[in-house]
Amino acid sequence: MNIVIKNGRVIDPKNNIDKQLDVYVAAGKIVGVGVAPTGFIANQTIDAANLVVCPGLVDLSARLREPGDEHKARLISELKAAVAGGVTSLACPPDTDPVLDEPGLVEMLQYRAKQQGLANVYPLGAITRQLQGKALAEMSELQTAGCVGFSQANIAITDTQVLWRAMEYAATFGYTLFLHAEEPFLAANGVAHDGEVATRLGLKGIPSAAEALALASILRIAQETGAKVHISRLSSAEGVAMVRTAKSQGLNITCDVSANHLHLTEHDIGYFNTHCHLKPPLRTQRDKAALCLGLKDGTIDAVCSDHTPVDDDAKLTTFAEAEIGATGLELLLPLTLKWAQQEKLNLSAAIASITCTPANILGISAGNLSINSVADICIFDANTYWNVNVNTIKSQGKNTPFLGWELAGKVITTIVNGQIVHTRSLDD
Amino acid sequence: MKNPQLDADGRLKHLLSIEGLPKKILNQILDTAESFVGVAEREVKKVPLLRGKTVCNLFFENSTRTRTTFEIAAKRLSADVISLNVNASSQSKGETILDTINNLIAMHADMFVVRHAQSGAAHFIAQHVPSHIHVINAGDGRHSHPTQGLLDVFTIRKYKPELHNLRVAIVGDVLHSRVARSEIHALTTLGVPEIRVIAPKTLLPTQVEKLGVHVYHDINTGLKDVDVVMMLRLQNERMNGAMLPSVQEYFKTYGLTQERLALAKPDAIVMHPGPMNRGVEIDSSVADGQQSVILPQVTYGIAIRMAVMAILAGGQAGGTQ
Repeated sequence: MNIVIKNGRVIDPKNNIDKQLDVYVAAGKIVGVGVAPTGFIANQTIDAANLVVCPGLVDLSARLREPGDEHKARLISELKAAVAGGVTSLACPPDTDPVLDEPGLVEMLQYRAKQQGLANVYPLGAITRQLQGKALAEMSELQTAGCVGFSQANIAITDTQVLWRAMEYAATFGYTLFLHAEEPFLAANGVAHDGEVATRLGLKGIPSAAEALALASILRIAQETGAKVHISRLSSAEGVAMVRTAKSQGLNITCDVSANHLHLTEHDIGYFNTHCHLKPPLRTQRDKAALCLGLKDGTIDAVCSDHTPVDDDAKLTTFAEAEIGATGLELLLPLTLKWAQQEKLNLSAAIASITCTPANILGISAGNLSINSVADICIFDANTYWNVNVNTIKSQGKNTPFLGWELAGKVITTIVNGQIVHTRSLDD
Repeated sequence: MKNPQLDADGRLKHLLSIEGLPKKILNQILDTAESFVGVAEREVKKVPLLRGKTVCNLFFENSTRTRTTFEIAAKRLSADVISLNVNASSQSKGETILDTINNLIAMHADMFVVRHAQSGAAHFIAQHVPSHIHVINAGDGRHSHPTQGLLDVFTIRKYKPELHNLRVAIVGDVLHSRVARSEIHALTTLGVPEIRVIAPKTLLPTQVEKLGVHVYHDINTGLKDVDVVMMLRLQNERMNGAMLPSVQEYFKTYGLTQERLALAKPDAIVMHPGPMNRGVEIDSSVADGQQSVILPQVTYGIAIRMAVMAILAGGQAGGTQ
């Protein structure tokens, strides 16, 4: 099917485009931007007047809950949520049940995801078998099966010898390791940032030092082994400073921050709001400011949704006992736009952090509107505000600290592989 | 954020934490308790304020003193009282807190007295009960134990009425103590000018000074010239591990002895929320000594709990007809 998207403001950070142009799609590919290819006849015209046309978003961390946790969310529900949020490619961490440590599981997941014909799913394989931090998973086999990188999800490798070997092995093949920096002994049983709020509420704290310590080990071993490392979900000012220094010394690392941490602090826990039970924990105002600034100055490369749908019952308990996580696929765009607006950045900078930059980190060709690239496109209204509530969220998980917030950035149409997979009217 | 403890008119709806309660309400509770102290000395130890009401003591965690005093308080107010040890029943069968609560509401309970091992449990329950139900926090994790905080300031007020002129020391495991947090909030709200916490660094929470206290690690310096010494219980499980090397060493460095008490003002009072570990945090001679007001604390605990229940049920101060 041939589609022309007319009159939209095309923002394609990778190609340095921010201009009103028409975009031409044929046979699942972008065939023209600004200029129609000769002989192009559109079957469908999308009027994008007053809308932004950008590459489909790329999310570095979204849990789809399959296999194993289908009561929390289903592949179909979350992939629908993804495209409703303009996300056309996403990486999913391996902490499913069973863990993504076998090629067969990865193939099955990808097969099932492809069948939905919605967003593209890029699994991250487990670094160690069962995520136990002991024996390496079959990284090469997993990569052949479709893994674009390797991760331990939230589970640390406590044994530095194993971490070292994992990096050496990954470096051998040029694989990227996605690591969450949290020293597990210091963080044991912690549920909130170790600070004023945790002290007042009597919650067991996780000090910022837990991030700094883990980060120190990871950076040092990355330096020794030459492994490509991506730090997932940085949470502290100290962590940002460490990454900044490491990058300035030429270390081959990238990192991201979750959209939640750009806007929330420990104080949002309020009276034990279990939606704010997140990993890493929400930290102080100062940490939040450092994360926002780090993203602005490029220390932090990308924003991820850290999408973690949780069923209502699992949040309907005390703070410490509530399951960790927040739904986020549909909030990635609006929360990133909000950050850019607060930092007085243009839309292009915001969009880069959720399109071409995360695509580069994953080593996939998505996240741009180059001629002949796959037509994954997000068309959104940057100015209309919408209310975040259980009815507006498509994800099966309605758990988010942003319930009740009014956010700008409404996805009108999402195109994956040249097919329109999501559309809603402006006033919907 | 709306204060979940107060109704739209600023009246007490639940008692969940001392933090966030205005001085006026604390004084209302203390003054009401004052009027209940006499009830126990009468021949008929009952007032009819809660007649026809059902108070449900819901203890997800063990307790003797708190549960018993709540029971006595409710009975003296003529309420029907049910005491449930949920540890032993529903929870072990996998029932959620809310299911347990909803079942009891279906049996027409009017007031819940809740103790739970997790911080925030009472808040959670209060958020999910119908508006005519009242929740009293009888201790949630490390967070809060408001009636204990209230009975402690009530006791202090009895012996040292000039609260605005006091120096109070809280000694021991502040980190894990809901009692300490409640005491600190009660004392700061009522205008006590100097509150000290005395403990090794392992037993103090991060940024404890933000609660409005002065931190001392040396007990001898910390006790100097104080009017009130509030001791905290040291939980057995903290005694031999990464928090503290041994009971003996703790007693040697932080135990309250006669010699140490002598550093405080001569008329200083000694308090303890119980249960005490004699020879661990407090020497027997101090616990049973002239300056100890530990048993009066227990007695006043009943008056305080009566006052809280009476106020929540709508019966205000002076209900001792």
